[in-house]
Amino acid sequence: MLIPLISYSQKFKSDSSYVRFFSEAPLENIEAVNSKAVSIIDLSNGNFVFSIPVNQFHFDKSLMEEHFNENYLETEKYPKAIFKGSFKPSSLVDGAQTVTASGDFNIHGQTRPVNIEGTLTKSDNQVLVKATFTIKIVEYKIKIPKAVFYNIAEEVEVTVYFEYKEL
Amino acid sequence: MKKIFVLLLISGLVSPAFCQDDLMDLLEDDAPKNERVTSTFKSTRLINGHTTETRTQGVLEFIIGHRFGRLNEGGENLWGLDFAQIRLGLEYGVSDNLNIGIGRSGVDKTFDLFAKYKFLRQSTSVPVSAALFVSGARRADSAFENLLEGQGIPFEGKYRNAYTYQLLIARKITSALSLQVVPTIIHRNYVATSTEPNDLLALGLGGRYKITNRVTINAEYIPTLNQENDNFKNAIAIGIDLETGGHVFQLHLTNAQRLQERGFIGETTGNFFDGDIHFGFNVSRVFNVAVKQNIRR
Repeated sequence: MLIPLISYSQKFKSDSSYVRFFSEAPLENIEAVNSKAVSIIDLSNGNFVFSIPVNQFHFDKSLMEEHFNENYLETEKYPKAIFKGSFKPSSLVDGAQTVTASGDFNIHGQTRPVNIEGTLTKSDNQVLVKATFTIKIVEYKIKIPKAVFYNIAEEVEVTVYFEYKEL
Repeated sequence: MKKIFVLLLISGLVSPAFCQDDLMDLLEDDAPKNERVTSTFKSTRLINGHTTETRTQGVLEFIIGHRFGRLNEGGENLWGLDFAQIRLGLEYGVSDNLNIGIGRSGVDKTFDLFAKYKFLRQSTSVPVSAALFVSGARRADSAFENLLEGQGIPFEGKYRNAYTYQLLIARKITSALSLQVVPTIIHRNYVATSTEPNDLLALGLGGRYKITNRVTINAEYIPTLNQENDNFKNAIAIGIDLETGGHVFQLHLTNAQRLQERGFIGETTGNFFDGDIHFGFNVSRVFNVAVKQNIRR
């Protein structure tokens, strides 16, 4: 009797995603997008996780992409950026609402507690999540040498967008 | 029916809230399976020779190769620094896999044209990267014509030309270590003596070891296989790559002073172990002249 009860869940898995980061600096704005991130959200308890394959960020300039992977994010060593947390309020109504996800973000092998405010839109069988937040790259021990060709901001803006289907 | 629904709801509410790791497990399957290996080398040059690396579409690279005189010239010539040979080159990414380039070297006033096509990329399922390299070099010095005439050889324009064909095969073994082999044929329309074959065969060997994210140590050895003229030595080189964003500085020590394949593979006269060593560097700067829109919005 219990087994079918447990197997009932309100877990939703992303089937489409978009992650963008944007660094605004005097010399050059740098932007990259990634469509390979995956996420699961559990509406029954507010649990929320996402995983971004960091080497799937694409830049306009290929050499910048190479340096991003080789020198800054060291993606062979740290292939994924992972957020694990939960959002509040966990009681949801149909339609769009503001939620705050709290949890741990692991980037470049470093874990930091973060609060991410975003919008969750719920309909019958679909959930959309969109959030924009900033991360300080120094907190994740991403080293930017002083004399680099690319002028990289100390804070980058990250946008995540997920479309979910019920699991 | 309603009761069951309520039960279901409750079971949902009371189910443990600490199962984020379980959610993560559900994501694990989604990792991309067949990943391309990138950045086998930091530059399109190992030291003297090419690597399997190509510039991507729309990228223009200006590359300056510089080889000073011999270290064993002593203090009077500032250990070779008083003299230098230079090659200026411009290279362009026609596509991500096809590069073309032109260059001009001081030695014999040589112009060269090349094309490099990378037809295989190392990935989770492909063990190596491989590229074909073809170049033509023409020595444009007027002295060459005079030299032949002086020896009573009727001069023909084609004698100025030589062609190089290479198959470059490289494997990034670890993130730090990459190795490369380069079977090579150089066809020379004119050679000075019968001990020098018109079709010179060589096997380039080399690799890099990454010390930090931005610094690698490189080594290159290019033995010729059918050279019978003892005056010519196999090219040996050791060097480091320093990468600083848009630039790669390559500093090296080599017994070869010539900067074009025909020259450093077939016409190197320095004996590395007698101190006939040239300090040299390659400096490159890339320009994105036709930026491909990698970002699809």
